[in-house]
Amino acid sequence: MDEQRLPSDDRLDAPRLSRRAFLVSMCAAGAVFGFPRSGLAAMNPGTADGQPLEAAGRRYEPTLWYWIDTEGRVNVNVIRAEMGQHVGTAIARILADELGARWQDVHIDHVDSDPKWGTMVTGGSWSVWQSWPVYRRAGAAGRVALAEKAAALWGVNADSVTVADGRVSAGSRSIGFGELVRQGLDRPFSEDELKALPLKPHDQLTLLGQDLKALDIDTKTNGQAIYGIDAKVEGMVHAAPILPPTRYDCAITAIDDSAAKGIKGYRQTLKLDDPSGTAPGWAMVIADSHWAARQAADRVKVSYRTGDATDVGEAEIQAENRRLIDDSGAGAIMDTGDTGDVDAAFADAADTFQADYSTQTVLHFQLEPVNALVFRNDDGVWEVHTGNQWQSLCLPWLQKALGVDEDQVVMRTYMLGGGFGRRLNGDYAIPAALASKALDGKPVKMILTRADDSHFDSVRPPTLSRLRMAFDADKKVVAMDSSVASGWPTKVMIPGFMPKGTNGEPYDPFSSDGIDHWYGVGAQRARAISNELAEHTFRPGWLRSVSPGWINFAVESFMDEAARHIGADPLRFRLDHFKAEGRNAGQAPNSVGGARRQAAVLERVAELSGYGRDDLPADSAIGIATTYGQSRDMPTWVGGAVHLSVDRESGRVHVHKIWLVVDCGTVVDPNGARAQVEGSALWGLSMALYEGTEFKNGRVVDTNLDSYQPLRMIDAPEIEIELVESTEVPVGLGEPGTTVVAPAIANGIQAAVGARLRHLPITPAAVLEALKEGSA
Amino acid sequence: MIECTINGETVRLDADPDMPLLWALRDLAGLSGTKFGCGIGLCGACTVHVGGRATRSCITPLKDVAGADITTIEGLDADGAHPLQQAWRELQVPQCGYCQSGQIMQAAALLKDIPAPTDEDIDAVMTGNLCRCMTYPRIRGAIRDAAAAIKEASANG
Repeated sequence: MDEQRLPSDDRLDAPRLSRRAFLVSMCAAGAVFGFPRSGLAAMNPGTADGQPLEAAGRRYEPTLWYWIDTEGRVNVNVIRAEMGQHVGTAIARILADELGARWQDVHIDHVDSDPKWGTMVTGGSWSVWQSWPVYRRAGAAGRVALAEKAAALWGVNADSVTVADGRVSAGSRSIGFGELVRQGLDRPFSEDELKALPLKPHDQLTLLGQDLKALDIDTKTNGQAIYGIDAKVEGMVHAAPILPPTRYDCAITAIDDSAAKGIKGYRQTLKLDDPSGTAPGWAMVIADSHWAARQAADRVKVSYRTGDATDVGEAEIQAENRRLIDDSGAGAIMDTGDTGDVDAAFADAADTFQADYSTQTVLHFQLEPVNALVFRNDDGVWEVHTGNQWQSLCLPWLQKALGVDEDQVVMRTYMLGGGFGRRLNGDYAIPAALASKALDGKPVKMILTRADDSHFDSVRPPTLSRLRMAFDADKKVVAMDSSVASGWPTKVMIPGFMPKGTNGEPYDPFSSDGIDHWYGVGAQRARAISNELAEHTFRPGWLRSVSPGWINFAVESFMDEAARHIGADPLRFRLDHFKAEGRNAGQAPNSVGGARRQAAVLERVAELSGYGRDDLPADSAIGIATTYGQSRDMPTWVGGAVHLSVDRESGRVHVHKIWLVVDCGTVVDPNGARAQVEGSALWGLSMALYEGTEFKNGRVVDTNLDSYQPLRMIDAPEIEIELVESTEVPVGLGEPGTTVVAPAIANGIQAAVGARLRHLPITPAAVLEALKEGSA
Repeated sequence: MIECTINGETVRLDADPDMPLLWALRDLAGLSGTKFGCGIGLCGACTVHVGGRATRSCITPLKDVAGADITTIEGLDADGAHPLQQAWRELQVPQCGYCQSGQIMQAAALLKDIPAPTDEDIDAVMTGNLCRCMTYPRIRGAIRDAAAAIKEASANG
């Protein structure tokens, strides 16, 4: 399961890479990857035109992942999408450090979707973690080859040669990388050789942990950064889609474009036929300009035959979640180790405690509405220019939609105006491709309106978690039983990514990560259930922090409640159950230390925030929570605390400050790490208090900022972040900060005013209601 | 035909007078630094200056800017070195960057009106600009730094 889900070594795509030219060193000047580039591109975010660096003279490619030219410039191939995490800079830094390059010589290239790169995905907070071993070995290969070349040139032992700052030296002799390449360097490395290469000890990594400027920043301050929405190609027409009332089961019965014909520049309205089943029931209005297409789309009347989804709303989906959880036979049982008989423990318990937690539908609302430019180029290859986080997932859909083979579609990934998981699902590229197909390969540029972007979003679905805990006569925890239900994005989009539970049922890890926590709770059961009503109504999505974002709201609220239930201090109660033993002891290399490291961040954040102090004004408190980030396979240990106050009159919750202590192993890019934690924590706050919509008649009710209201500056509190110093494996940071904030807020509210809120978002109305009930 | 000045150059645009300025800038003038976010003037990604005032170009029809002097992110400073742009780079403000043209244009208008803004001033003015990456703490910091740099430059000048 781990290999399928989280490839973490050189085999980003094992069968393919071993077959391909991974071993071959290409030294030919001017070799290009894949296809000729046309139109604007965003491959190199450091330049105004986005064009990637051209090698000067010959070039040496120690591995697939970079080349060095005769000027000593190091061009690093990055398969990850840039969506604000400065991922190219982080990955290039890892390689450059191991290689011994001079940072000023380093350039990045966000590459095309050539199959030689293996699986291309940017999500799961995996990028640095997965790239770390691969790019270090790649850097080491170049270092060894350069050292050997210089040693041969000088007739000295390669061991006496040092490689640093873009130069190779021995005694008084020194030569630049570029000169060595110019003299001819074509040393290849086999996969086995790569694995055996010596890596630098941690203390010799000099770029690591330094505050370097990210290479994608400058063009994001002067309007030059090129996003998917900016993609252009000669002769393109503009498309404005008309979407069906619900995601599935709608078929167009009639199109009347008579009112659009007076719009200058209007060409036609296409009824799309989608063999891939991704976007059924779409019409596409084609015009000479975006504005004309929009004007015309507002005037075209489309009639539909609709399906059952039009009867489904948020309440029905939540009722189904509840029905499924009530059914003890439903769902997959996750492997939580051999901890004993849960049902027997509950039957024998002296006391039990149970609570349900739910979250409402959340939109991605990435600021750049989804869009794509598609055409068939002069070589007969379909080019898809767009922002995308999971090219390898989308390409087969495109092939099916276009009816072509793998080598006839290429995706060019632009800067993403926000990813947050929305663009893991590249469904929006399909209708643009279908429109181009209908127009015989003519370039079609499609941009969704904001409302349509929201309507077509793959949302975080409505979720429900039920947690139960059993205690013995001494109030000792003897068992825990957790069930979670929601629509499963992985089941809908890539079922092969689902591992099987101990009962043989498959489950979506991104809809269940979080319940298999690191607390020692005696006999433990974790059950994940898919809500097919949700899955038939809309396409559930992966949204920043995925299930740890909502399951930890449940788990960490519950730990506070359970502690209070037995009269224990919530901090002490948690610490007492973090025992680094058995499966919670952790494993090398990713989770060394296990529960001990989670306890450490929690203790530290409690100390830093002053948790437990008794001098706060009335109706205010500090709430805490802790999580292990995204998954047990790649734990990022997070402790969070929130200082808040509650206005009993209005029900408003004011967050004054957030503290986060994060142990992510080695910190590759300290500034970028902080940026990710800041942003993800505020996402957590936004989803805790401000964001939420609901399904009605099979579609989301809120589609724009007039009613959907993510966090604004005025509500952004001070954030204090502490990154734990560590030399352990670097793990992910894009999402873990999100996961602690909502439960810390819920716990803070209870500490402040005694009300327990078990539904997100926590609205003023819900707070008033809970205060009225005197809920506890 | 609508005539106006964009980044110091006089342009004549043969377009629907109801076309929003945003699309005229992006598709007719070839200035794609100004972004489309919500289309209803509530996210601020499309912010430009019209006659020096911060304006949401997605809800401003072309006919309303006839004869006006328009500045976009591309024209804020010839070298991209406005004190705000420098501060933005120094503090590594942008994440995805999509909203940042609008943020910088809004902030530039703010500093013209209030050269030494308090934190409350900054929050009050900038809260109309959504940053989905939530770079708010850094935007605040960069505006403070830019205000200080402008003050220092004028004191030395």
